[in-house]
Amino acid sequence: MPSVIEVTDLRKSYGGRAVVDGVSFTVEEGEIFGILGPNGAGKTTTVECVEGLRVPDTGRVRVAGLDPVADHDEVARILGAQLQQSELQAKLTVREALELYAAFYPNPADWQPLAERLGLTAKLGTRFGKLSGGQQQRLFIALALIGAPRVVVLDELTTGLDPRARRDTWQLIEDVRASGVTVLLVTHFMEEAQRLCDRIAVIDKGRVAALDTPTGLIRRSAGATVASFTPSAPLDERELSGLPALASVERKGDRITLTGTDETVDAVISLLARHHVTAHQLRVTDATLDDAFLDLTKEATA
Amino acid sequence: MNTAVLRTEFRLFRREPAAVFWIFLFPTLLLVILGSIPSFREADASMGGLRPIDAYVPVAVLIALIMSGVQALPQALTGYRERGILRRMSTTPVRPSALLSAQMAVQGVVAVASALLALVVGRLAFDVTLPRQPAGYLLGLLLAAAAALALGSVVSALSRTTKIASAIGSAVFFPMMFCAGVWLPVRSMPHALARVVQLTPFGAAARALDQAAAGNWPGWTHLGVLALWTVLLTAGAARWFRWE
Repeated sequence: MPSVIEVTDLRKSYGGRAVVDGVSFTVEEGEIFGILGPNGAGKTTTVECVEGLRVPDTGRVRVAGLDPVADHDEVARILGAQLQQSELQAKLTVREALELYAAFYPNPADWQPLAERLGLTAKLGTRFGKLSGGQQQRLFIALALIGAPRVVVLDELTTGLDPRARRDTWQLIEDVRASGVTVLLVTHFMEEAQRLCDRIAVIDKGRVAALDTPTGLIRRSAGATVASFTPSAPLDERELSGLPALASVERKGDRITLTGTDETVDAVISLLARHHVTAHQLRVTDATLDDAFLDLTKEATA
Repeated sequence: MNTAVLRTEFRLFRREPAAVFWIFLFPTLLLVILGSIPSFREADASMGGLRPIDAYVPVAVLIALIMSGVQALPQALTGYRERGILRRMSTTPVRPSALLSAQMAVQGVVAVASALLALVVGRLAFDVTLPRQPAGYLLGLLLAAAAALALGSVVSALSRTTKIASAIGSAVFFPMMFCAGVWLPVRSMPHALARVVQLTPFGAAARALDQAAAGNWPGWTHLGVLALWTVLLTAGAARWFRWE
C-alpha cells in the first residue's frame, strides 16, 4: 500500500531546545496511525509539521507526495485537522460554522449527516460560546471531516468527552477509516490507542521510542504476560526467580504476581505441578498497552 | 477575499450590539444631541458664518472611522489570533488572511455607512448642506477609512493579547478624537496647533472633508498625508503582524 504521510528525520527546536529530534515514520493509506507519548514529548509539534502549521528546521514531510508548507493549498484540500487548542467566533452557531467551513472546500462532505453522527443536530442553532466543552470538541471533529479529506489529523481527539461520547467518537473514527480515510491520531489515552490504532509510534523526548502494532508493542515489552495466583503451599524464592524470561515477581501477602512471557507461565505451571502445589485463583492475562508504554518510555529515560 | 467568510463576519458584526451602537449609531446620536443645543444652530462669525453644527458633521463622520478602526478592529483581529481562530483557518484551503481582510472590509463598510447616516441626518434634521464637492468628499472619506483601518491593524499587530489591544486602542483613541476635532474643530484651532494636527491622519482628514464640504477640491497636501499614513501603517502592520 502506498504511504500517505512520510516523515523523515524531522527536527524542530525552540530556543535551542530540540522538541522534535529526528522523528521518522510513514503512514499507509487507510491506516489509523497513533502517536503516543507523555506530555511535552513533541507529539503536537510533529503533527503540526504534517499539517503545515510549522516549518521543520530540517527533515522532510510529505502528505500524498506534497510538501505541507510549499504546497499548502493542495495539502489543506486533502487534509482535515482537529487542533488541540482552538476556538471559533463565540457568536457563530454550529450550523453557520459547518456551512462556512464546508464552503472552503471544492467537494465538501454533506454536513447534515456528519452533524447527526456527532450528535450535534439538536445544537445546530446554538452559538459556539454556549456549547459545552464536549460539544465544542465534537464540532471540531466535524470541521476536520467536513472537507471530505483523504487524511485526517486528530490531536487529543477525546479530551473533554464523557465516556459515552468517547466511545461514540471511536466508533465514528472507525467508520471514517472504513470509508478509506487515513487517520493520524495523537493521544495519551492508552485505551484509545489500543482500540483504534493499527500501528503506534511511541514518542518520547522528541524521538520515536518504538513503532509497532499495539500487540507488537505489548509483546516486545519485557513483561508481556502477567500471571497471578495464590499457592496452596509456600514456594521457594530461588526457584521462582530462576523462571525463564521472567520480568518481575511481586508478592502481596500470599499472592504472587509474575510478569514475563508465555514461556514463564508454562514453566511456573510445571514448577507448581512438580511440587504438587495448587494455584488458587490463577489468572493469566496479557499486559496492557499501559504497561508497555510505561516500560518503553522508562527505557528511553534511563 | 472569500465571500463566505465575508458574509459570516458581517453577520457576526450584527450580533455585537455594542459595536453596532458605537460605530453606526453613536456618531449620529452625538450630532443630534449637539444639534439640539440652540446655540449650535446659530451662525458663528468666528467660523466664517458657519454654524457649529455644520462643523460637527465631519467630526461625526471621523468619529465613526475612529470607533471602527481604532476601537473595534484591533480587538477583533487580536481576539481571532489569541483564540486560535486564525490557526484553525490555516489548516483549511482558505488562508487566515481572508478572515483579516473580511473583518477590515466589514469595519470599513459599516464606518462609511455610519458617515453617510450622519450626513443624511445632518441634512434632514439640521439642514446641514450636503458636501458641495461630493467626489472629493468621498475620496477623502475613503482615504481616511483606509488610514483608520491601517492604524487599527498596527495596533493589533503590536498587541499580543486583546487586553493589550484594548489598552493601546484607548491610549490612541483620545489623541485621535482630538485631532479629528471633537473638542475643537481643526479649522478653529490656533494656527500652530492646526499645522501639527493636520499632519496626523484624522487632522488631515478633518481638513480634507471641510474643504470638500465647502465645495472645493480637498487639498492635495491633506490627501497626501492620508495616503502616506495609510501606506506606512499598512507596511508596519504587514511587517509586525504575528499569525500566532
